Amino acid sequence: MFDFLFEYRGLIVGTIFIALIATVIWAIFYGRNLIRTERTDAVFGNPERALGGWHWVITGVSAILIVWIYFSWDAARAFNPKAANELCQVGKLSSAINPIRSTFPLDDGFLKGTSLLVRENKQLNGLADQVERLGFSDAEKSKAKETIDLMRKAIIGMTSPEFLDSATDAKFKEIVSKIDGLTSKLADQNYPGDPTAEQIAAAEKNPRWGDSGNEIPAAPASPRGYKFDAAAKEMKTIATDFSKIRNNNSNFLAQVEKLKGQIASLDTLVQASPGTDELLVANRADFVKGLTRVLRRVDDGNIFPPDALNNVQSALVNLDKEQKNQQGGLRYYDALMMPGGEIRAGSNSCSEQGSGRWLPKPSDTLRTFARISDPEIGYKGYPLLWYKMKPFGEMVDFIVPDFISSLVPGHYPRHDTNGIVTPNFKSKVRDFATGNFESFKVPMPSGHVWDSLLRVLAGLFFGIILGVPLGLFMGLSRFSKGFFDPLIELYRPVPPLAWAPLILTIFGIGDDGKIFLLFMVAFAIMVISARTGATGTHLSKIHAAHSLGATNRQILRKVILPNSLPEILTGIRIAIGVCWGTLVAAEMLAGTTGIGFVENVARKQSDYEIIWTTIIILGLLGLLFDLMMRWVIDKFIPWRGKG
Amino acid sequence: MSDLVAKDLSMVFDVDTGGQVHALNNVNFTLKSGELLSVLGPSGCGKTTLLNIIAGFNHPTGGAVYLGDEEIKGPGVNRGMVFQQGALFEWLTVSENVDFGLRMKGTDPKKSKKMVDEWLDIVGLAGFGDIPTYQLSGGMQQRIALARCLINDPDLILMDEPLGALDALTREKMQSLVLKIWKETGKTIMIITHSVEEALLLGERLFVMAPRPGRLHKEYNLPFAERGVTEDTRDIKNSEEFIETREEILTMIWDMEEEIMGQV
Repeated sequence: MFDFLFEYRGLIVGTIFIALIATVIWAIFYGRNLIRTERTDAVFGNPERALGGWHWVITGVSAILIVWIYFSWDAARAFNPKAANELCQVGKLSSAINPIRSTFPLDDGFLKGTSLLVRENKQLNGLADQVERLGFSDAEKSKAKETIDLMRKAIIGMTSPEFLDSATDAKFKEIVSKIDGLTSKLADQNYPGDPTAEQIAAAEKNPRWGDSGNEIPAAPASPRGYKFDAAAKEMKTIATDFSKIRNNNSNFLAQVEKLKGQIASLDTLVQASPGTDELLVANRADFVKGLTRVLRRVDDGNIFPPDALNNVQSALVNLDKEQKNQQGGLRYYDALMMPGGEIRAGSNSCSEQGSGRWLPKPSDTLRTFARISDPEIGYKGYPLLWYKMKPFGEMVDFIVPDFISSLVPGHYPRHDTNGIVTPNFKSKVRDFATGNFESFKVPMPSGHVWDSLLRVLAGLFFGIILGVPLGLFMGLSRFSKGFFDPLIELYRPVPPLAWAPLILTIFGIGDDGKIFLLFMVAFAIMVISARTGATGTHLSKIHAAHSLGATNRQILRKVILPNSLPEILTGIRIAIGVCWGTLVAAEMLAGTTGIGFVENVARKQSDYEIIWTTIIILGLLGLLFDLMMRWVIDKFIPWRGKG
Repeated sequence: MSDLVAKDLSMVFDVDTGGQVHALNNVNFTLKSGELLSVLGPSGCGKTTLLNIIAGFNHPTGGAVYLGDEEIKGPGVNRGMVFQQGALFEWLTVSENVDFGLRMKGTDPKKSKKMVDEWLDIVGLAGFGDIPTYQLSGGMQQRIALARCLINDPDLILMDEPLGALDALTREKMQSLVLKIWKETGKTIMIITHSVEEALLLGERLFVMAPRPGRLHKEYNLPFAERGVTEDTRDIKNSEEFIETREEILTMIWDMEEEIMGQV
């Protein structure tokens, strides 16, 4: 339905966005002008200052829409639909740099080698402390201490520049020259040359931004895009090369070999003299294991002399500068128009992160809403708000209890020798009661919203017709108050959702359980409000009715009931709200239809557009209920509070 | 028509703090059919208790009240009530309020419609029938209360400070209305009031009650009500005789109040 409009979403959203900003500016000036001309609100604290102000209502609504459009990046998409695709290529380069970047304190933090050293030293200190406490023999003790000392020496073998292999140094130099080469390529206008036919084909096959959820067209499609895409590919190989470099100098390797032997001999020594204390034995084994683990990590050779990587780092800084430079205006567009997140590149795709992800764009939400509103599509094969032709027999089956056929005298027909069954009156009654007959069809509501709505109304209905009379009697009779009060006060304070698992288990995941749960909620509220209403009847009204000759029953119906109406209607209003909330939660717990069910499924699939759509539907329905109740209250109890 | 007879009427309440309060102690009086009685007294002298017993809302702890030959044992249609604050049913319109009693009896709607119109005319609210009562002023609401009570044709009308909540001007008008209705219908009326002037004007007979225990302190027979039917009520209030009696009663009540204060 909205697909036609969706073609022009950029134009529409952009126009609306600008119009909204214009509205806010207009309203501010209008408001200022109003203050200058109307000086009714001179004194602070005068409640009249809060009167009027419809232009602020417009401003408020506009502000919400602006925030929504802005933070969902709908405005960004409207004004520059290609930006995301280019930023995706930038993201590719940035994630290609990341493996090298993580080695350096580029942004803020320690050099990777420094962090490793801090950790290993801490481990070694801990192990050294343990030596005294493990009940080692003197031989074992000295062996252990020796091992730890050796380990420290091995580390020094890595951090000392004099031991660094010239081959390793050469590898670093090669990396540096490759990075520098990439930097100058980035600066070159002609890099990487014309796109290949495949690249152009891929670019043409790109979906548009937002056509499928939060995914962003990944194939490069602009000169800047091609450049960053190519650079990302080159950077990936450089990063792979870099990550292969190890500080395996001969001195260090010799130390490691020695250490391995040392630990092995310590292990045999410890194994040879097992104590009787099981805990101590386990601790000793752990000690040896700890030493082995530290050695394995040190053996990775990721620690270099402190200044060995300086050139790589400065080359990387230059590259980073150049890629920022090459982004040009895109960088500012990203910062300004895509707040609260960034575009991140995965292995094969790019996606929105942050508010662009969890806050769906208004235009997308509208389209999703239009799509699932279509009764042919719906959600999980069930429409939102539609009707379905159902045979009248089904309703008869629902209303007429099946056992009435058993009340008819006689027996059900039995097949005869020819295998033919002749129906009799009793079996015909049974066919009727079970709805097993040809009948016309009637339209019945069908859809997630209907289901939720009807459940609430059913629960509310039973709550009202049972709760109000009981409430009135509790307000009037000592017996009913005393007898029923404990019952209600025992279950009412329990949050309805705490009942849900129990009730849903007893009644099943169908409608019965939910309606009963809502009935419980509505019943308690209605009892209490009707009771308050009955108790609050002015005594002189009762006296007046008595002296006008009304019987007790007449007083109940003609005086106490109407007098309690304000409380009862307020109770209904509250009950609707609470029932609505309880229902949605109950549908999330169990069920196969309903708005809560829709939202729960969407949550599992991280489908933010559906989630927001259900939130908006729920909000609008709640508002609708409240407006309806306000109308009812104005219409039926205009005398409220005026007695 | 029948007389109202109170015999040895006593009412004792248990108090939360322990002990008992004698709201009424051996009250005896006879109110003849068609008489207009006003009851006056300082607060706490049992006026309202007396009225509630006669209306049948409370049962006396001692003695009994008879209306005609029948002992009063509960509320009934033969005793109409008018309360301080209308006690109207605000969810009903003016005419629905007025014919409430008739509807409870199941009177033919056509007949009751005619009666409602007549009574609205008498109390000066002709044409207000379809208006919701909560939109009317206090004086108008009391007129409706009067009409609602009178349409049932009670033998006795009990009024509990009916004009207490009205402004001075409306009050004077309503006083004339009560006198007019009394004369035209010939009903027995018992009015409880705080205002001495009102008690003098609206009382063919006047009981001054005294507190602790609640009892009839003094009884007057007064000419002002009779005169008020024909004469201007303000002239009566300015007459020497009226002022004299008023001062006498005021002094009496003042003395009682001081006595109470002294006891406390």
